[in-house]
Amino acid sequence: MNRIVLVKLLATAVLLLLFWLGLRRASLVPGRGQNIVEVALGFVKTQFADEVLGEKIGRRYLPVLASMFFGILALNITGIIPLLNISPNAIFITPFLFAILAYVTFIYAGFKEVGPGKFFKNSLFPSGVPAPIYIILTPIELINIFLVRPLSLALRLTLNMIVGHLLLVLCFGATHFFFLQADGLDKLFGIPTLIGGIVFTLFELLVAVLQAYVFTLLTAAYIEQSVSEEH
Amino acid sequence: MEIVGNLNTIGYGLAAIGPGIGIGIVAGKTVEAMARQPEMAGTLRTTMFLGIAFTELLGLIGVALFFIG
Repeated sequence: MNRIVLVKLLATAVLLLLFWLGLRRASLVPGRGQNIVEVALGFVKTQFADEVLGEKIGRRYLPVLASMFFGILALNITGIIPLLNISPNAIFITPFLFAILAYVTFIYAGFKEVGPGKFFKNSLFPSGVPAPIYIILTPIELINIFLVRPLSLALRLTLNMIVGHLLLVLCFGATHFFFLQADGLDKLFGIPTLIGGIVFTLFELLVAVLQAYVFTLLTAAYIEQSVSEEH
Repeated sequence: MEIVGNLNTIGYGLAAIGPGIGIGIVAGKTVEAMARQPEMAGTLRTTMFLGIAFTELLGLIGVALFFIG
C-alpha cells in the first residue's frame, strides 16, 4: 500500500460517489445532479459512440467506452489536485490495464460482430492489395494490431503523465529553491518559475482531459476497424 | 575543452524535432480544412486528435528512451 495505490482508491471512490449522487434518484425530468451526469455521458455518447462507431454498434460499446473515459479522467486529474499531486497513470501498469481492456474489447468486437475468420482476414489481409504485397504487409499488420496497439495506448498515457509530473516538480522545486535558499536579488527568479508552475498546472488539466479523450477515441477507432465489413 | 552532461538530453532534443513538425502539419492542415468547410469541423477535429495521438507517440517514445538509456 503506497501513495499511488491510495490515490487510485481515493479517485475511484470519488468517481463512484459522484455518479451515485447524480443518479441516485434517476427520474425522467432530471434534477441538477442528474443533469450534469447526463451531459457528461451524452458527451461520450456523441463524441465516441455515435460519431465513430455509429448508432447501432455504438450503443453496445457505450458502457465500456464511458467507464474507460471517466476512469482515466479521474485518475489523470489527481495529478494536479493539491496534496495528492500524483497521477496513478504515471506508473506503467495502470494505463496498461486500461489498454488490456481496450485490446480485449476490440478483439471481442471483431469476433462478435463479423466473426473470427472475417476479423482476421480484414485485419491481416486487407483487400485491394496485390497478392505479393501480403508477404510484407501481413507481418507488419500482425505486429501493429496485436502488439503495438495496446503497448502504444499504455505508453502514450504513462509518458504524458510522467512528463507532466516532472514539469510541475521542476517548476515548483525551482521556486522553492529560489525563495528559500538563494540570496539577495536572486530570490526574484522565483517569481517566473512560480508563474510557470501555475501555468503548467492549467496545462496539465488540459492534458488530463485530452489524454482521456484520445485514449477513448483510439479505442473507439480500433473497435470500428474490427467491426467494419471491408477496409 | 571538456564537455560534461548527459547525451540523452541531446537525443531527446533531436527526437522532438520530427513529431514537432508532424503535429504542426496535422494541426495546420486541419485549420485549413475547417476554414474551407466549417460544417465539417466536428469530424475534422476528431480526426485531428487521432493524427496528433499517432504523431505524438514518437516524441513520447523519445522520453521513454531518455529514462531507459
